[in-house]
Amino acid sequence: MSASASLNPARPARSLRELRRTIFSQIGWIACGLALFCVIGPLIDIVGVVAYHGIAAFSGKLFTTTTNGVSGGLLNAIEGTFAISLFGMLIAVPVGVGAGIYLSEYGANRVGSTIRFLSDVLTGTPSIVLGYFSYIVFVTSLGWDFSLLAAAITLAILIVPYLARITELALRQVPVSMREAAFALGATEPTVVFKIILPGAASGVMTGALLALAISVGETAPLIYTAGWSNFLWNGKFTHEPVGYLTYVIWTFIDQPNPQSHALAFAAAFLVMLVVLAINIGVRLTLRRNRVI
Amino acid sequence: MKLRPFRLSLLSLSLLIPAALCAVILFLLIYSAPAIGFNGFGFVSGITWNLGDLYGDPVVTRGFTVPNGANYGILVFVAGTLLSSFIAILIAIPLSVGAAIFLAEAVPNRIRPVLSLLVELVAVVPSVVFGLWGIAVLIPLIGHYVSPSGNGYGLLSASIVLALMITPIIATTLLDALMQVPKENRESAFGLGATHFEVVSKAMMPMVRTTLIGGIVLALGRALGETMAVAMVSGGALNILPTSIFSPVSTIASFILTQLDSAQSDPTNMAVRSLAEIALVLFIITLAVNAGAKLLTSGALNVRKRQS
Repeated sequence: MSASASLNPARPARSLRELRRTIFSQIGWIACGLALFCVIGPLIDIVGVVAYHGIAAFSGKLFTTTTNGVSGGLLNAIEGTFAISLFGMLIAVPVGVGAGIYLSEYGANRVGSTIRFLSDVLTGTPSIVLGYFSYIVFVTSLGWDFSLLAAAITLAILIVPYLARITELALRQVPVSMREAAFALGATEPTVVFKIILPGAASGVMTGALLALAISVGETAPLIYTAGWSNFLWNGKFTHEPVGYLTYVIWTFIDQPNPQSHALAFAAAFLVMLVVLAINIGVRLTLRRNRVI
Repeated sequence: MKLRPFRLSLLSLSLLIPAALCAVILFLLIYSAPAIGFNGFGFVSGITWNLGDLYGDPVVTRGFTVPNGANYGILVFVAGTLLSSFIAILIAIPLSVGAAIFLAEAVPNRIRPVLSLLVELVAVVPSVVFGLWGIAVLIPLIGHYVSPSGNGYGLLSASIVLALMITPIIATTLLDALMQVPKENRESAFGLGATHFEVVSKAMMPMVRTTLIGGIVLALGRALGETMAVAMVSGGALNILPTSIFSPVSTIASFILTQLDSAQSDPTNMAVRSLAEIALVLFIITLAVNAGAKLLTSGALNVRKRQS
């Protein structure tokens, strides 16, 4: 120790104080590493547990038969989740993308910043509050009962702010010179938006739509107040007809005492998780590669 | 002024967003107005939520027709919401700060994207799947090893699940901020002979403090409104304030979720109206918290721009 200190005068022997600092730093790093483990560990456990129990419950019957009480298959729930998300997206995408275009192209004024602020407020609103709003307006006051339309509109309200924000960010990535070039060629505003800007930002807009889809597939709380639950396949009616959906199965069937309903809950959770994680991983990997947003 | 139909149609589409927000506030207000009048200020201070005698004839109390003995007080749920969110934040802060520091400084550049992707993925797992995991894994663990009564459902479980759900929000906010700390600041701290950990904790963390607080408040907003996972693991308390971290609790959101069926059976509709009033209270709380987060984070961005 003393030999090395004399050989290297710039680095004298460690004082007690220095030793304490080094040890303290090491403890700090270990604590930080443990913290990261505590964040990622549960995720891996969630995926593992849900996949283990979910895949164990898979059978041909699961995808071909409807739920019967607390057993049977999940066909009605899969179809319901698909229908609710589809119609929610059909309402939300035109509104969200349109709002995003307005905010990005013409929103650099007080109107734009007000809309942006209120859109953020709507994003922060708890989904159960939106669900309750839809319950008192669509389900009871308008008398639609639990229905596909009430559920789809609720989901649309939930995801429109996300779509608007992501569309706005994506459109802003398109260089101003492209807009100027198009205008210089005599293009009108709709032509510039639909022929130049939207195609240029297509991947960003698609990203927003996919993330919105992931949200709507995984959402539960607002649907409980709007979609109800049904053991049967959707019969094509938009109102006065409750629909089943996957997340309801998770929330209700896990509280049942018998193992078949637990298996159904895990199978439903696995399907939902698969869709949500696949969309999010895919989108994030593509984003990292292209640096769209 | 020239009329621009294209701009106007886009504007009308984007005005649907504020319109939806206003509709939510307006309809909740209109619908809950009788409940606000009936409940008065006792609403937030009362601990008894009693639907009254739903099968007997309704009586007229304070000018409103309600079931006999009906009384609506939400202090239990307000307490449950604030306590569970507060404990969740207490758990989440050290976890997310540690995770963000480790990701920003200790992890090689090649592995960082993978790990930060995993942290981001925690935030997208649906709430109901967290609840399922809580019931299947966390509740038995807590019931078996921690809880003196052997019952895992309660405040602690709800807080832990909430903490896991909000950790990525704080961690990713902080990670972004840490990655943007100017190189000069790090290097000068190293130059003064600080250990790597001291550079992070004493030179970098003070610079990102505002962003960190903004992220924490944002996460608080999420925790307050979180519904499914909490409803599945909190045990659901009614008319009793929590006494320990193992007590069953109800949050405002989980209570609204679970009360639909019983409220519907009220012939005078006062229970459904009171639920609308609770939803309004929850909306106001989260609005205040989110507005605070927005002020803090926008302020933090200004500071960072001036420094760089």
